[in-house]
Amino acid sequence: METTPRALKVLDTISAIMFVMAIGMVFFYAPTERVMGQVQRVFYFHVATAWVGMLGFMAAGVAGITYLRSSNRKWDIVSLAAVEISLVFFFVAIVMGSIWARPAWGTWWTWEPRLTTATVVELLYAAYLMLRQGIEDPDRRARFGAVYTILGFISVPVTFLAIRLFRTIHPVVFGASDPGAEGDFSMTPPMLQTLIFSVITFSVIFISLFWHRIRLGNLAEKVEQLRLKMAQ
Amino acid sequence: MTPDTTNYLILGYVIFSTVMIAYLLSLSVRNRNLKQDIELLQELEQDAQKE
Repeated sequence: METTPRALKVLDTISAIMFVMAIGMVFFYAPTERVMGQVQRVFYFHVATAWVGMLGFMAAGVAGITYLRSSNRKWDIVSLAAVEISLVFFFVAIVMGSIWARPAWGTWWTWEPRLTTATVVELLYAAYLMLRQGIEDPDRRARFGAVYTILGFISVPVTFLAIRLFRTIHPVVFGASDPGAEGDFSMTPPMLQTLIFSVITFSVIFISLFWHRIRLGNLAEKVEQLRLKMAQ
Repeated sequence: MTPDTTNYLILGYVIFSTVMIAYLLSLSVRNRNLKQDIELLQELEQDAQKE
C-alpha cells in the first residue's frame, strides 16, 4: 500500500502551523471593530473560505477543460476533488456570512444578489456530485463532469461581481461599496494583515486537502478497476 | 458603544470547526475503507488465480 509522500506531510505540517497562526492573529492581533464588536472576527475566515471555494471551482473548470482535451480520467479525479473541497469551504463561507449578518443586518438571511448567487453556486455544484453518481460508465461520467464544471464555473464570476454590479447591502472588501451597503467598515493595517494571512493560510490548506482528496480519488479508481476485473 | 456580539463569534467558529472536523474525518474514513477494499479485492483476485 502506498504511503503518504514526504512533501504532503511537510505541506500538512505547514498548513497546521499557519492555521494556528491565523487563529492567533484573528483573536489576539486584529483589533475589535468598534461598530460590530467581536462578531467582525468572523469576517477573516468568511472571506478566506469563500476565496478558497471559488479557487476550487475554477480549478475544477480547468481540470474539466484538460480532460476534454486529453480524455485522461485522472483529470476527472482532479475535478471531482476540487468541487468536493470547494463545496465544503463555500458552505462554511455562506454559514459564517449568515451569522455575521444577524447582528450587522438584523436578519440571518436576505435574498440580495451576493447571497442569492452564492446559494445558486453551492446548489449547482451539490447537484454535480449527485448527478455524477447516476452515471455508471466512467468515461461518460467524466465527460459529463467536465462539461458540467466548465459551464458551472460561469456562476462563480457572477457571484464575485454581484456586489459590484448590482445594488446590494453586502459590503465590498476591496473597492468602494454600494452606498446602501450595511456592515461596511474601514480596515486598519492589522485587520488587513490578518485578512491577507488568513487568505494565504486557507490557500495552503486547500492545496493540502486537494492533494489528499486526489489520492483518495486514485484509490477509488483502483477499487473500481479491481471490481471490473473481478466481474469479467 | 460597541455591542456585545461574542455569542455570534462563538457560533461562527463552532460551526466552522464542526464542518471542518467532519470533513477531515470523512476523508480519513473513506481512505481507510478504500484501502481495506483494495486489500480484499487483491486477496480475492489471488484466490481466483490459484483456482
